[in-house]
Amino acid sequence: MKLYCLSGHPTLPCNVLKFKSTTIMLDCGLDMTSTLNFLPMPLVQSPRLSKLPGWVLKDGSTFLDKELKECSGHVFVDSVPEFCLPETELLDLSTVDVILISNYHCMMALPYITEYTGFTGTVYATEPTVQIGRLLMEELVNSIERVPKAQSASMWKNKEVQRLLPAPLKDAVEVSMWRKCYTMPEVNAALSKIQLVGYSQKIELFGAVQVTPLSSGYALGSSNWIIQSHYEKVSYVSGSSLLTTHPQPMDQASLKNSDVLILTGLTQIPTANPDGMVGEFCSNLAMTVRNGGNVLVPCYPSGVIYDLLECLYQYIDSAGLSNVPFYFISPVANSSLEFSQIFAEWLCHNKQTKVYLPEPPFPHAELIQTNKLKHYPSIHGDFSNDFKQPCVVFTGHPSLRFGDVVHFMELWGKSSLNTVIFTEPDFSYLDALAPYQPLAMKCVYCPIDTRLNFIQVSKLLKEVQPLHVVCPEQYTQPPPTQSHRTDLMIDCQPPPMSYRRAEVLTLPYKRRYEKIEIMPELADSLVPLEIKPGISLATVSAVLHTKDNKHVLQVRYNGKGRKISLHRVSCHLGPQLFS
Amino acid sequence: MPEIKVTPLGAGQDVGRSCILVSIAGKNVMLDCGMHMGYNDDRRFPDFSYITQNGRLTDFLDCVIISHFHLDHCGALPYFSEMVGYDGPIYMTHPTKAICPILLEDYRKITVDKKGETNFFTSQMIKDCMKKVVAVHLHQTVQVDEELEIKAYYAGHVLGAAMFQIKVGCESVAYTGDYNMTPDRHLGAAWIDKCRPDLLITESTYATTIRDSKRCRERDFLKKVHETVERGGKVLIPVFALGRAQELCILLETFWERMNLKAPIYFSTGLTEKANHYYKLFITWTNQKIRKTFVQRNMFEFKHIKAFDRAFADNPGPMVVFATPGMLHAGQSLQIFRKWAGNEKNMVIMPGYCVQGTVGHKILSGQRKLEMEGRQILEVKMQVEYMSFSAHADAKGIMQLIRQAEPRNVLLVHGEAKKMEFLKQKIEQEFHVNCYMPANGETTTIFTNPSIPVDISLGLLKRETAIGLLPDAKKPKLMHGTLIMKDNSFRLVSPEQALKELGLAEHQLRFTCRVHIQDPRKEHETVLRVYNHLKGQVFPFFFYPPRNGLELIILR
Repeated sequence: MKLYCLSGHPTLPCNVLKFKSTTIMLDCGLDMTSTLNFLPMPLVQSPRLSKLPGWVLKDGSTFLDKELKECSGHVFVDSVPEFCLPETELLDLSTVDVILISNYHCMMALPYITEYTGFTGTVYATEPTVQIGRLLMEELVNSIERVPKAQSASMWKNKEVQRLLPAPLKDAVEVSMWRKCYTMPEVNAALSKIQLVGYSQKIELFGAVQVTPLSSGYALGSSNWIIQSHYEKVSYVSGSSLLTTHPQPMDQASLKNSDVLILTGLTQIPTANPDGMVGEFCSNLAMTVRNGGNVLVPCYPSGVIYDLLECLYQYIDSAGLSNVPFYFISPVANSSLEFSQIFAEWLCHNKQTKVYLPEPPFPHAELIQTNKLKHYPSIHGDFSNDFKQPCVVFTGHPSLRFGDVVHFMELWGKSSLNTVIFTEPDFSYLDALAPYQPLAMKCVYCPIDTRLNFIQVSKLLKEVQPLHVVCPEQYTQPPPTQSHRTDLMIDCQPPPMSYRRAEVLTLPYKRRYEKIEIMPELADSLVPLEIKPGISLATVSAVLHTKDNKHVLQVRYNGKGRKISLHRVSCHLGPQLFS
Repeated sequence: MPEIKVTPLGAGQDVGRSCILVSIAGKNVMLDCGMHMGYNDDRRFPDFSYITQNGRLTDFLDCVIISHFHLDHCGALPYFSEMVGYDGPIYMTHPTKAICPILLEDYRKITVDKKGETNFFTSQMIKDCMKKVVAVHLHQTVQVDEELEIKAYYAGHVLGAAMFQIKVGCESVAYTGDYNMTPDRHLGAAWIDKCRPDLLITESTYATTIRDSKRCRERDFLKKVHETVERGGKVLIPVFALGRAQELCILLETFWERMNLKAPIYFSTGLTEKANHYYKLFITWTNQKIRKTFVQRNMFEFKHIKAFDRAFADNPGPMVVFATPGMLHAGQSLQIFRKWAGNEKNMVIMPGYCVQGTVGHKILSGQRKLEMEGRQILEVKMQVEYMSFSAHADAKGIMQLIRQAEPRNVLLVHGEAKKMEFLKQKIEQEFHVNCYMPANGETTTIFTNPSIPVDISLGLLKRETAIGLLPDAKKPKLMHGTLIMKDNSFRLVSPEQALKELGLAEHQLRFTCRVHIQDPRKEHETVLRVYNHLKGQVFPFFFYPPRNGLELIILR
């Protein structure tokens, strides 16, 4: 059993498991932090951005000044943003039989894998994962394609040149492998390869292996996966949560008795308490609006935003914010809000009960009905007519490099009355803000990451007792900025096996037995002999049929269609017994 | 020999009161728990005393499965669980769990409030009963206990309708509930994988019917409604609040829009809007097309169809009214029917099956003078049309499902005996499997012959698959091993390993026989010749090369 680790990002994993002659890819996350090295793409021509000076090398040479721009001491690539793909060279990806997706954030590299590597297999994911994943991809493609950028910088990627650049560009890994965003036809082609599955559905792969998604409690339709044969069990835990938000709670019991547990997707902000963060989010929002400022919330179009809207629904009246307009701007805003209401079966118990009444499970339906929340596909069109300040705007992308958020950063950045509140934990807020410096706007960091923290992990591991734990190397040591916090790492016995990008692990595992079926006719002909109290033996000589990795033992027939009796079988055809 | 026993308490050679007991590998499962629309006495509910005379049903049943929310499949549930007494798990899909209590409450109201019956289940009992329900996802494998597992498949009959597979070890039964093999305007087609159950229990409502294409039926329906409305007549369509109603509403709504018609369409009972709301929230259970477009346009938001008020029935001019219930046996549909029956300009369209004993069944079988309550005679002059819109599989569909699932035996329920007989023959002819059709209370026993799962050591398996002249994995191979039976575990290992594990000494038996050969050559040469000759044979001889030049030992 081997594990090929194609991504170094602990929350955007991409691993390939080779197990019993099947090749299974576990997630294909897309590392988008690479985009932080690029200049934002404004929807409306921004004089500030276009006037940024070109970057000049220490020796005064200016050959890179078209590609690299400097802003407040940081250097950015002036080009269409690019993403860091999972490793594609470590093994031949056309040999991958299936891809298992655990949640919609972990499938963003799917088109790169299914459309560029000769992949011919099947992708398995739950329905909400596919639908919301499609929305995320649509938004991504849309926000990049609608700002055509003539320039595509590549000179800086030259190894010799990159060496001369300032950090973090100098240290960026595998820049030659960075790719531009895929297109909608590629997204559609990739998604058409997905087969929908439900929680606790047992899916046979070639008769050799069974895979089963389990509720992971992190997002709508998010799942952990069990990969097992009759004797071996591998659990793949990715992006799980024990907090009660909107999704169905995590299924922990089914993870028990694993031989190997692969653990990825823990919280990225282990020191922050999500509940506290939501409180801070609300109070900062209220304070800004009361002082006449606007609030900008860079966010993904699905996920935590549902919880934030629900909190605000309960909060706005008591905080006297009932007249403040809330805007949700995204090409998929409407779809996201609509889709959230139809996945009753994937929601927590409380929300399910509401659907039985029947009422929409999320209160944002009411916010929309009462006109408190309005959604628009973009800042163009209806929005510009309805736009009233002060207001609260939810929009993407959280990297602040593309999407409508760029426009609002440019628009509101100059006034200290306004506030930008970061809730998504995927990007460092300081890095995200760098190309907008100097900035007068207030910045509040309230990352809300509901995924497992280290205390919950050690409790979980004690509970489910896997024989071996495998995890990204980042989880086996304290975070680099808090090296004294030894509590912020995985603590289990035996210590976890760690992996890093482009590594191949051999999992400690030996298969001993396989299932075989004895046909009733053959079973009848067996003559067991009790040789010790409670232990019987029978010699078996029979025909072995193997089909679809299933083994069956049948009575042997001679050429005339007559059964060869056991007696004769053992005398004539049982040489091992006598030799 | 292991056996599966099936006893219908209802729906055996009959439609209505579906309730089937299945015993499989020591587990007892009850499939559906319905009421009979044709009876108002004890016969309306299944006779649960068959399961046990005294004592709680919980001790005798491992679980109850409800296939969909129609009352002939779930109407007896509160009576069964709260009045007779059952505390075990009841499984159904999410939409069924959501909608079923509403229909039960409706049923209770008609029976208790309108007909004044006592000794019937109460609202509280419905609530308590629903607390015992566990909702299942499609295709989810639910482990009822360590051995018994069930799995739901899409049935396409009504919103949330499901077929169930019940499995213990390698024995299994599949139960279809009601299903539909052709997608319609709001639901998809039933689907099951090649699960090869020992027994498939299928409904057979339309056992002898092969229906023409849906498009023709739809065109026919629209034409009839249109003609009646054009000549100023009123159209009554008795339906059940959920299911066919939504399909026909979508049909009329699009037709009205296209033809720009002005005649009002009404939907009786307050349930409508609520019902449509269920469809909106459970849109993932509808068909592909509706699911794809729901963000732009939700098909269940109707522009032309409005709520009905009792007073409207006397309004002059044309109108179309959907009214519940579907078999004209009670309630608003019957009231409207009585008002409109005397006018030959009007029309009643029965879009579904009617159980014997209902007014619907009577007028469909041609009766034009009906005796109503109080000896009143109602003369039916209005046109009576029947259109099979009920979403049951027809004969073709049933055969198709059998082909999909590849069962070893088939058992027919939920149909009329005569029609079943015909279908039974057809199934036995085409698939060469046994087909049964027990009456209510009659037990069918099916013998299964399960193979025995055994653990084989990987070493032995690999060795055996590697041997052979051709490296052809598909070709059957001979294998020799020793089966060790200890407690309840069965392990197949190589003879050497078995000996080693059990600390047994190896014995060798040697069979020899003397052969006289007349050969002028030297002794040594003769032996060598025989040896070389045998070496070339393909038979699996085990022999030792000549020793001492004197002796040749051949082991065979």
